Amino acid sequence: MTSVTYHDVRFLEPAKTRNYLNVDYGAFSWLFTKDHKRIGILYMFSISIMFILGGFFAMMMRLELLTPEGDLLTSDTYNKFFTLHGIIMIFFFLIPSIPAVLGNFILPIQLGAKDLAFPKLNLLSWYLYMIGAFVGLLVIILGGVDTGWTFYTPFSTQYSNMHVFGTTFGAFIVGFSSILTGLNFIVTIHRMRAPGLTWFRLPLFVWAMYATSLVQLLATPVLAITLVMLMIERVVHVGIFDPALGGDPLLYQHMFWFYSHPAVYIMILPAMGVASEVVAAFTRKKIFGYKFVAFSSLAIAFLGFLVWAHHMFVAGISVYSAMIFSFLSYFVAVPSAIKVFNWTATLYKGSVSWQTPMLYILGFIGLFTMGGVTGLFLAALGLDVHVTDTYFVVAHFHYIMVGGAVMAYFAGIHYWWPKITGRMYPEWWARLSALLVFAGFNLTFFPQFVLGYVGMPRRYHAYAPEFQVLNVMSTAGASILALGYALPLAYLLWSLRFGRKAGVNPWGAVGLEWTTNSPPPKDNFHETPVVTWDAYDYPAMLKAMGETQNV
Amino acid sequence: MMLTDFPLFPEQASTVAHQVDALYIMLTIVTGLAIVYRRRPDNELDQEEEAPKALEIAWIVIPFIFFMATFVWGSWLYFELARVPDNALDVYATGKQWMWKFQHPSGQREINELHVPVNRPIRVTMASEDVIHSLFFPYFRTKADVLPNRYRTLWFQATKTGRFHIFCAEYCGTLHSGMIGWVEVMEPTDYQKWLAGGTEGSLASQGEKLFQKYACATCHTNDATARGPVLLGLFGKTVTLSDNKTVVADENYIRESILNPQAKLVQGFGPIMPTFQGQVSEEDLLKLLAYIKSLTPPPKG
Repeated sequence: MTSVTYHDVRFLEPAKTRNYLNVDYGAFSWLFTKDHKRIGILYMFSISIMFILGGFFAMMMRLELLTPEGDLLTSDTYNKFFTLHGIIMIFFFLIPSIPAVLGNFILPIQLGAKDLAFPKLNLLSWYLYMIGAFVGLLVIILGGVDTGWTFYTPFSTQYSNMHVFGTTFGAFIVGFSSILTGLNFIVTIHRMRAPGLTWFRLPLFVWAMYATSLVQLLATPVLAITLVMLMIERVVHVGIFDPALGGDPLLYQHMFWFYSHPAVYIMILPAMGVASEVVAAFTRKKIFGYKFVAFSSLAIAFLGFLVWAHHMFVAGISVYSAMIFSFLSYFVAVPSAIKVFNWTATLYKGSVSWQTPMLYILGFIGLFTMGGVTGLFLAALGLDVHVTDTYFVVAHFHYIMVGGAVMAYFAGIHYWWPKITGRMYPEWWARLSALLVFAGFNLTFFPQFVLGYVGMPRRYHAYAPEFQVLNVMSTAGASILALGYALPLAYLLWSLRFGRKAGVNPWGAVGLEWTTNSPPPKDNFHETPVVTWDAYDYPAMLKAMGETQNV
Repeated sequence: MMLTDFPLFPEQASTVAHQVDALYIMLTIVTGLAIVYRRRPDNELDQEEEAPKALEIAWIVIPFIFFMATFVWGSWLYFELARVPDNALDVYATGKQWMWKFQHPSGQREINELHVPVNRPIRVTMASEDVIHSLFFPYFRTKADVLPNRYRTLWFQATKTGRFHIFCAEYCGTLHSGMIGWVEVMEPTDYQKWLAGGTEGSLASQGEKLFQKYACATCHTNDATARGPVLLGLFGKTVTLSDNKTVVADENYIRESILNPQAKLVQGFGPIMPTFQGQVSEEDLLKLLAYIKSLTPPPKG
C-alpha cells in the first residue's frame, strides 16, 4: 500500500470523480443520508435558521433598551424575547454548532475514516434535534415562555403561566441529540483512526472534540433528569423544588448548573479546537506545546464539573462551600490560560497570513481572553456579590459564548468552507465581515461590563435613566454586529455558485482533510491514508516544498 | 451628553463599597498591564524547537499565584459581607411579585422605601412570599437572593445620607424590572423623628396580638408542664429534639416550627401542633418572630 502524504497530494487537481454532493440527488437522498458530511450540512442549515431567529430576539431586546422606559415591547413580550433568545442560542444553536456541523463533517476526515462509527445513530441525532427544535418553535407560535433560559423554580413550576412544559420538553429532546453525537465521536476517535494516526498525532481539533464529547455524554443526562423533575412538578405537583410542596428551590439550581456549567465547555472546547487548527495553518507552524494544549482540553472538561455553584454565590449556599467553589473556579482558569499562552506563542515568529479564518481566530483569542479574565472577577467572592445578576455577567458570558464560540464557529466555517463546498468564499467581503463582527461585538458588550458594575440588573425591561448612554452604545454595536453576521449569509450562498474552485488544499494546510478532494468523495478518501507525520508538521512541509522548488 | 451621564462606578455609600471597588480596580489594572506588557515577538525565543519546560511552567505558576491572591482577597471580602456586626439594627424585608415590603421593629411598614440611619449597621432579615427575588443595593455593593422557604440576612452600613437604589436582581416575572425602590439614608435625629410617626405599635406587640389570634397561647403557656414548649427566652438557645439532635432556635428554626411543626419536634413533646403553612403571611410570620424574640425571661432575683 502506498502512503499518501500532504506534499504529494497538495498539487493534485481534484479528480473528476463523483463527490458526496453529486453522488445522488433529491430530498430523500438528504433526509435519509447516513453520510456524516451530508448530516453536517443538514445541521448547518438547521442551526443557521435558529441563529437568525435567536438574533432577531436579541435585536428586538437591544431596540427596546435604547430608551429607559419600556416602550417598544410589553414587559411580558420582553421577558419572552430574552428567554427565547437564551434558549434558542444555547440549546438550539451553540451546543450543536461546532460539534454537529464542523465536527460531523471534518472529524472523520481528520481521522482518515470513511464515516463516524454509527452513521444511523448520527442521522437519528439530527432527527432528535429537529423534533426538539420543532417543539421549541411550536412553543413560540403558541405564545412563548417567560422563565429565562435557566427555568428557575419555583417561578417555572408554580408561577409562570406560559409554555414551560413545551419548552423544557424541547430542550430535553435536543439533549439526547447532543448525547448521541458525543457517544458517536468518542467511539469514532477510539476505533476509527487511520493506520499510523496515534493519539499524539491527532489534530488538536480532535482532542477538543473528544473532551467535548465526554462532557456531552456525562453532563447532558443530568439536564434531562432535572428537566423531567421540573415537568413532573409542574404538571402533577409532586414537591421537588417548590417549597410550598415541601421541595427546595436551591436543589434545582444545583442540578441545573451541574449541567449548565459544563455546557459552557461544550460550547467553548470545540472553539478552542478550531483555534488550534487555524492558528497552525495560518502561521505555518507547529502548535507550541501540543501536549499541553491537548491535555488542557481534558483538564477543562474535568474541572468544568467541579465549579457549578459559582453561579450561586448569592443564592443561599454556605460561606465555606462558596469558598471551595471560588477556589476551584480559579483552577479551571489555568488550562484555559495555558491554551491562550500557547496560541500566542505559536503566533510569534510565525509567517502569519491575514486571511478571514485567521482574523476570526485572532478576534476569538482576544475576546475569549477578555471573557476569561472577567470570569476571574466573578470568581472573586466579595466582588461577585456586587456584579452577579447584573450586566457584568451578561457581558462576561457573551465574551465567552459569542466572542469565543461564535467567532470560532465562523472561523471554522470559513476555514473549511472550501473543503465542504469545493468553492472559495470572496476574501474581501469575508474580511470585512470579520472586522465588522469584531468591532460590533466590542461596542455591544464592552459597555455592558461598565453597565453591570454601575448596577444595572440583567433581564430588565425598563431601567434607571442614568444607564441610558451605555445602553445606546450597546444597541449601536448590536446593529453593526447584525450587519457583520448578515454578510456571510449572503456571500457564502453566492460562493456556492460563483466562488472560485478551491482545489484540494487552498490554504496549504497540513491535515488529512487537506489531502482529499474538495468536496470530498462519498467515502472521504480514494484509498485509506497511512499517517507517517505528526500533527501540524509545517516545518517538514515547508522544507519539502523548498526542496521541490529547488529541484 | 454630560460626563456625569456616563458613570464608571456607582456612588460609594457603604463601608464595604470602597473595598469591593479596590478589588475591582486591582483586577482591571492587572488585566490592563497584562495586555500592555504581553510577550512581544522581538523578545521571543526561536520557536523551531520546543521551548524549555521552565518557560512553560513559569506560564502556569505565575498566573496561578496571582489567581490565589485574588481568591484570598475575594473570600476575605465575602466573609466581611457575611459577618453581621453585633450592634446592627434589625429590619425585615419581604419580597413579593413585584414589590419590596419592609418592616421595622418599632412597627413601621413601608413599601419600596426603606428608611435607615446613617453610620449604623443594618441587618436585613428577608424572605419571599412567592418566587425567588434578590435584594440588591448597588451603592452599598451587596445583594442576596430572597428565598420562599427560609430567612436570609444581609447587612450594610451606609456612610452618607441620601436616596439610593434598591433593585430586584433575580428574575421574578412580568414586572421584575419594576420591583425597585429607594433606601432613604437619614441623619440619626431625622431617623428618630421618622420613627416617631404613627404606627400600630411595635412589631413585637403586633406579633403578640397574632399570638393571641392564632391561639398559640393555649399550648405555649410558658409553663413547663404545658402541651407546647416554653417560648420564654427560647430565641438563640440550643434545644434538644426528639431524635436527640440539637438545633439552635434561630429565625429559620422558629419559622419552620410554625409552618411545619412536625419537622423538628422538641424532645418530650408530641406531634400535636397543626401546620400554619398558607395561613400566616410572610409579614405576619415576621411579627410573630419579633414577638418570640422579645420574650426574654425576667431578670433573676
